[in-house]
Amino acid sequence: MPRLVGDFEVRELALVGVYFIAILGLDVLTGFSGQVSLGHGAFMAIGGYTTAILTVDHGVRDLWTIPLAGVIAGIAGLLVGLPALRLSGLYLALVTFGIAVSFPQLLKKFQGFTGGTTGKILNLLKAPFGLHTTPNRWLYYLTWGIALVLLATAWLLTRGRIGRALRAIRDSEIAAASSGVSLAAYKTLAFGISAFYAGVAGSLLALATAYVNPDTFPILLSVYLVVGLVVGGLGSQIWLVAGAAFVYYLQNHADAVARGANGALPFLHLSPTRPGVPSVIFGVVLIGVMLLLPSGAGGLVRRALGLLTRRE
Amino acid sequence: MPLLELVDVEASYGPVKALHGVSLAVEEGELAAVLGANGAGKTTTLRAISGVVRRSGSIVFAGKKLPRRPESTARLGIAHVPEGRGTFSELSVWDNLRLGGYTRRSGTKEDARRVFEFFPQLEERRLQQAGTLSGGEQQMLALGRALMQRPRLLLLDEPSLGLAPLVVEEIFGALERMNEQDGTTIVVVEQNARLALRAARRAYVLEVGRVVLGGPSEELRANESVRKSYLG
Amino acid sequence: MILVAFTWSELAQQVVTGLRNGGIYASLALALVLIYRSTRVINFAQGELATFTTFVAWSLMNHGLGFWAAFPLVLAIAFLGGAAIERVVIRPVENASALTIVIVTLGLALLLNGLMNVIWGGGEKQFRGPFSTRTIQLGGVAISIQDIGVVAVSVAIVVLLGLFFRFTKLGLALRAAALNPASSRLVGVRVGWMLALGWGLAAVLGAVAGMMIAPIVFLDPNMMQTVLLYAFVAAALGGLDSPVGAVVGGLALGLLITLLGRYVGFVGETLKLPAALLVILLLLLVRPAGLFGRLAVRRV
Repeated sequence: MPRLVGDFEVRELALVGVYFIAILGLDVLTGFSGQVSLGHGAFMAIGGYTTAILTVDHGVRDLWTIPLAGVIAGIAGLLVGLPALRLSGLYLALVTFGIAVSFPQLLKKFQGFTGGTTGKILNLLKAPFGLHTTPNRWLYYLTWGIALVLLATAWLLTRGRIGRALRAIRDSEIAAASSGVSLAAYKTLAFGISAFYAGVAGSLLALATAYVNPDTFPILLSVYLVVGLVVGGLGSQIWLVAGAAFVYYLQNHADAVARGANGALPFLHLSPTRPGVPSVIFGVVLIGVMLLLPSGAGGLVRRALGLLTRRE
Repeated sequence: MPLLELVDVEASYGPVKALHGVSLAVEEGELAAVLGANGAGKTTTLRAISGVVRRSGSIVFAGKKLPRRPESTARLGIAHVPEGRGTFSELSVWDNLRLGGYTRRSGTKEDARRVFEFFPQLEERRLQQAGTLSGGEQQMLALGRALMQRPRLLLLDEPSLGLAPLVVEEIFGALERMNEQDGTTIVVVEQNARLALRAARRAYVLEVGRVVLGGPSEELRANESVRKSYLG
Repeated sequence: MILVAFTWSELAQQVVTGLRNGGIYASLALALVLIYRSTRVINFAQGELATFTTFVAWSLMNHGLGFWAAFPLVLAIAFLGGAAIERVVIRPVENASALTIVIVTLGLALLLNGLMNVIWGGGEKQFRGPFSTRTIQLGGVAISIQDIGVVAVSVAIVVLLGLFFRFTKLGLALRAAALNPASSRLVGVRVGWMLALGWGLAAVLGAVAGMMIAPIVFLDPNMMQTVLLYAFVAAALGGLDSPVGAVVGGLALGLLITLLGRYVGFVGETLKLPAALLVILLLLLVRPAGLFGRLAVRRV
């Protein structure tokens, strides 16, 4: 694929991959254990800052920081997962949303460590082993390589013993507990795993932008992840690619949508660059998609496949 | 012309059909009972009338086609006391009664006085949370709430369920008085056939979603198969 | 954790400021609770909705209307707008998962925020409030008339709403529809309209909060975003399904963070929100349903 398109498009595909990884992780939490987090942007930020601090201040090789970023975000996830055990449903959504909102404040407060509002500038990503390829192509291969490994991991995890336990918890906590599933352990574990994924995604995002500051991981990032998850379809794993692409392109190509709308509706004169217009478009499309596909694109695809394969 | 007439009413829950064409008629001022075993479709029949469950077939009430939504049937004067009584357990007894009078413009005070005449216990507990009442008191509250609607037709689902015999006597006594004094038409669904046939003037027997027998209570009481299946 | 220089009269001023902010949080928290009780969903668009109606007020006042002339008009517009949103956007996803509805409200927030930028532009605008910012001396403490006014309006609105719920038939039906929709239908309550009514009332509360806070800060499309977060915390503090809890939670939170921000040097301005969050987290660990909320009995 990267041979067929330009360098910029390759970069975009790579960023879709970054979203995909984060959304895949969120799916482990929300789709399989039923806990809603509106704060996964914060775990991405932890991953991104881990990579930035390690490469800039400690001279660690960028590649090695990726798993480390995942582990550190994962540990943070376990720490959040513990109190989350006591919170149910929307209370958890609210608390995690609060985490996403306050995290930039914390980054600014501890500026000696994080570089405050100016953030940290990373070295440009370079392909290792003297490979001849552009940084964006290397980013593409790296991101999607990791994404495939993590997809396979998530697939195995959710089909094995852990997956069964998590689904049991999602469907009925009390029933799961009374049939011997250790609620606390599995729910916390789900938080840790999903934060690990977010950390890896955050690390890749930092490497891609070669720059981190509190605005690299805005509050809306957490919202986009949940949107991507629901649009892709809860628990649908590979189909989450659709959600990731949806969120990425809608965020960055609202102008195309605006032009399309202008073309389709002659009375409309949306100026795509006018402040507010991209936000209006995102909002309208989001509401529209939710009204039309409440079970997400993954749900739609699966239903379509179901119809095709269930020919009697 | 009967006050309520069902012709070939069918209803289902998802793929499961619960009523296979129920036809019955209730005269104005009558107390009618619907008997039958578990799963025969008694509850569903009441739900089809009040519009809680989607149905097909014709239901005529007071000469007009009955609408299919509970909000609308309630406004036409049909009070349905559902299975499990449908009490607002977080609200006070008084608020439950006020809700019964929701569709009426005025007369809440007078109507409440009548309810308290029927069930003096409720007056003592008017400020208590409904969920803290005993089972019998909750059934009285449910009846009281229905009375507040000043219904032309009262639908009752198993009012005796889980109550002590003395309380059941009290409740059926109240039902008969409502029927005689105010001329309220009542359709009561009961497992306890002996009780129902004693109170009701007319009765219908449902089996697997169909009316298999119907007529004056005395006739049914004398019927051999009814004696065997429901009174034995 | 350095304590800042302390005088009693300053403490009194800070308490009044805290209550003023708390009153605003309480109004918005109450709006959230109203919707949560009937639809079991948190409305993430509540803040933008409030800002939007405040912009409408600003436009009306720019066309020569006085604040108190615009006020009832704006409340009416807010009510109709809120109810219309429920009918058009929320109704179709009523039976979808809570997450889907949350996302719809997030989309609504984005849409409204964008619309405000398109219609009124992004800059900060001066909003002339109804109360003078002059201070008066009360027992040796200088208190601004505006603060007293804001507290008074918030209290009045909450009391009015309480009376409406307690003593009117419609208020009772609204409560009933939230508690037990099936039984409510059986007594003739049109539950669908009650939900729309709840959204309308919530929008009214938000409009009041917006018009009270706009003179204190500046009016811009993002004005209510932080306030909404404090309202979330306040609502969770009191228990998401308890109106009384929302009011108490709002006032307590307003006091707490104003005092923390002023007297605990480490918290200052920047860490107010994280501090508020820590408080709510600790509280929820002890009481998972908030101070006044009831934990639903969970069935298998």
